[in-house]
Amino acid sequence: MSGQVLTVTSGKGGVGKTTTVANVGAALAAEGNRVVCIDVDLGLRNLDVVMGLENRIVYDLVHVIEGQCRLRQAMIKDKRVPELYLIPAAQTRDKTAISPSDMVRLAEELRSDFDWIVLDSPAGIERGFRNALAPADKVLVVTNPEVSAVRDADRIIGLVEAERKGPAQLVINRVRPDMIQRGDMLSVDDILDILAVDLIGKIPEDESIIIGSNRGSPVALDPDSNAGQAFRNIALRLNGQEVDFFEPVVKTSFFSRLGKLMGRSS
Amino acid sequence: MSSFFERVTRTREPRNTTSGSVAKDRLKLVLIHDRTDIPPAIMEELRDDLMGVIARYVDFVREDVEVHITRESRRSRLVAEIPLRNQPRTRSRR
Repeated sequence: MSGQVLTVTSGKGGVGKTTTVANVGAALAAEGNRVVCIDVDLGLRNLDVVMGLENRIVYDLVHVIEGQCRLRQAMIKDKRVPELYLIPAAQTRDKTAISPSDMVRLAEELRSDFDWIVLDSPAGIERGFRNALAPADKVLVVTNPEVSAVRDADRIIGLVEAERKGPAQLVINRVRPDMIQRGDMLSVDDILDILAVDLIGKIPEDESIIIGSNRGSPVALDPDSNAGQAFRNIALRLNGQEVDFFEPVVKTSFFSRLGKLMGRSS
Repeated sequence: MSSFFERVTRTREPRNTTSGSVAKDRLKLVLIHDRTDIPPAIMEELRDDLMGVIARYVDFVREDVEVHITRESRRSRLVAEIPLRNQPRTRSRR
């Protein structure tokens, strides 16, 4: 069976694309899929450190594209899960070193050996984004519940549709149920209503993500992490399973509980 | 009289002025502009051409004509609002 290319993109930087790639990749592999993650953000290599594989890089994406090494030589095997590989970005070259058709050719080569080819797109809407979008079968757009991030997500969703790669599916990262409950954050429904796309994941704001990236260990491999569970759910949905959306329990304050106890609503 | 508990447990602001709903309103507005791919100059040209055609059939208030693009879900719609001029009163004043 031929593998699928999953492109993870966002428009705005810093919303969690790389975190999503590392975690969805790890979760897919943990379920028994053969997965290769590719960092397409040339010049701003990041996926290697988030996956904790930075010390093992010899060759990179540009070496592969330019034929300076064989494909297999540039693939770093993750030892925590059976079939998870990384092809890192070049750090000293820029986005013009590869073209969208290079990426299509590379993806074709990988399809026979992998179930999922997960591409970490650079931020923005230029060449690097085009490189990551060209071979995509499915596109995940990552956003945060903030005006600027949702605005950029809208732009990207439009571009994905224009390239006939849609419909994109949305990942809302850094959700804070407590802030939504008190009206100080765009709710998931608000965002879906505005963007008119399907949701594939909502990731709660979770310290474990920072701790995981400190250690180079994706939280999707941590059974106790809430965010990890949300990423594992994305992996399940990608493989066609229906999974309820993760509803973290909103911690109520001592006073609101006491208020309720005294018969006063809050 | 609000009790201590009500004061500490009350949500801070009434609905619709919470920062979340402000964010939603601001987003909706900014996206209406973002989603219009047609440059303002072309919209002007379109507006002028449209007015030229319509003027052949009906009398309208030129300065109040509005041509813009709206979005529902992910579909765009070109909307032209052309206020017709009231028929001149035929009754003469005394």
